[in-house]
Amino acid sequence: MTIINHIPVLLVAIPILASLLILGLGWYDRRFCYPIALITILSQFLASIAVLLQVLDGGTIRYHLGNWAPPLGIELVIDSFNGFILVVILLLAFATIIYARRSVGKEITPDKIVSFYVLFQLLVTGLVGMTITGDIFNLYVFLEISSITAYTLIASSRKPHSYVASFNYLILGSIAAGFILLGIGNLYVATGTLNMAELAVMLPASYHLATVHSAFLFLMIGFSIKAAFFPLHLWLPDAYAESPSAVTVLISTVMAKVSVYALFRILFTVFTTAYIIDSFPVTRFILLMATVAIIAGAILAIAQEDLKRMLAYSSISQIGYIMFALGVANEIALEGGLLHILGHAVMKGCLFMVAGVIIYRMGTSRLSDMKGLSKTMPISCAAFALAGASMIGIPPTIGFMSKYYLVLGAFEAGLWPYAAVLLVGSLLAAIYIWRFIEIVYFGVPHGDPHGDDHKNATAREAPLSMLAPMVGLGVLCLLFGIFVEVLMQAVGPAVLLLLGGA
Amino acid sequence: MMENVVIRTVSRLAVPFIQIFALYVIVHGASGAGGGFQGGVVFAASFILMIIAFGMPNVRRRIDNRGIMWLSVIGIAIYAGIGFLALLMGGNFLEYAAIEAALGIPHLHGILIDLVEAGIGIAVMAAMVSIIFDIAGNGEESS
Repeated sequence: MTIINHIPVLLVAIPILASLLILGLGWYDRRFCYPIALITILSQFLASIAVLLQVLDGGTIRYHLGNWAPPLGIELVIDSFNGFILVVILLLAFATIIYARRSVGKEITPDKIVSFYVLFQLLVTGLVGMTITGDIFNLYVFLEISSITAYTLIASSRKPHSYVASFNYLILGSIAAGFILLGIGNLYVATGTLNMAELAVMLPASYHLATVHSAFLFLMIGFSIKAAFFPLHLWLPDAYAESPSAVTVLISTVMAKVSVYALFRILFTVFTTAYIIDSFPVTRFILLMATVAIIAGAILAIAQEDLKRMLAYSSISQIGYIMFALGVANEIALEGGLLHILGHAVMKGCLFMVAGVIIYRMGTSRLSDMKGLSKTMPISCAAFALAGASMIGIPPTIGFMSKYYLVLGAFEAGLWPYAAVLLVGSLLAAIYIWRFIEIVYFGVPHGDPHGDDHKNATAREAPLSMLAPMVGLGVLCLLFGIFVEVLMQAVGPAVLLLLGGA
Repeated sequence: MMENVVIRTVSRLAVPFIQIFALYVIVHGASGAGGGFQGGVVFAASFILMIIAFGMPNVRRRIDNRGIMWLSVIGIAIYAGIGFLALLMGGNFLEYAAIEAALGIPHLHGILIDLVEAGIGIAVMAAMVSIIFDIAGNGEESS
């Protein structure tokens, strides 16, 4: 056995050890924290690429913990679907940890820095665990790890309102976790197993049972709360707007995506398309809610006066796009949905980083304070424009490619009115993105009675360690859009796996 | 609190037994119902009793935040260490049989399970005590 065979467990075990190391060494000297976290997440990222290539080459990897074969033991499974998600979330986690160093120094009190990095590392661990586990109860355990660390991280900001945001999220997140646990319990009652692959085999015999239907609804509602799917999104705007910038970037990109991933995983590989389309037709309802989410999220985003809050509502709209793919549930739309998971993570990461940089330099995220900002922070504003173009869906960005596939998928399914909603959503996105562009590029800083304009004069371009990941993600929006064929080599097999129900 | 002789005397008597029982639950984890988590919680319960009976400063003198941090680190390190030992011996993560085969000691896996359970127990105990300190700490900073 070589080290490559053990990558699945190392992806989870090494960062847990690293978080201990951060805690122990951080006690002596705070400066140890950052490099350990950076190196760990970088090596996780590289390992995830290696493992994805291996999966695309040689098929699904199954790792039996303690060499106990399922159903007795817990297994970690990496297939083309979660291998792809794994690379996406670790790419974003890596960009965030680079970005975090300066941002954390400014927004978090020094005595909390050690625990910040420990929790950051554990949050990434929990999300990676959620992604690669093949056991549905194990999924719940990792969900709790990531949720609890996320609550704490949101509350780690200096702003007192972050405690309220964190508490609201704690309540809703716990309700979600309760639903998920009930769902898992019902599935266990119906089948007697917790292994996802085995569940998929055993469930068809019990598709008619009320136990299975209720399990499905519990899981669906629980993960919809975690993913902030439209009517269940109420925790999201506060949690995104009040938490420290680096945490916002991480939870808005990585955490939201993993919740969506879990929903896809349960709907398509545990319940399979046979259940969600024929036996318990739910896809049309999801599609309807997704279109409401796209429009409502975008309109709420337009109404915001605060940059971070605007981006938070925009996230609700974008989650709608991903759920749209789930509702259409054909091959092309799902390809678009998976591309949008990547694309939205990259562009929203970039946009929140810009928001964080503005807070770092100016101490405000009110849109009205940012007039003429492009003069003092040209690179940040350009990165925002690039990622914003992707958010609207201007070719050749990744945002265009994913929406293109979604619209094609809707056409193929004959859902013409729904396809029109996608285009309306893009137009609404253009409005709120353009508002920021107009303010920073064409707004003239005027001297108002409160003297707010002097903030612009003192603002400078962000430090390099914050600029680099931000610009990197902005450029990736463009590169992924141009070289979308490369991505399709990973996305294509993943979609076949989802629809094949294997 | 200081004037209540009954509580203090009973607690002084009960605490060692609670802790012995906690250790029993931890060690029993290898062969039956029980295990590190349950045992760790019971062990932490003995500290709650001590806090109720003797007051927070008294307990803090015996186990402070630095101690708690090290206990939790050591606990998880024991668990992960044995997991990685199995990897080094050519097995999967936490595959006790691989360590047993590599070292050639019969029935080693039972001892290894006990060690892992002890690690979990230490970590859980430390985490529980830390939660109690934070909740009952009269608002003083403890992190």
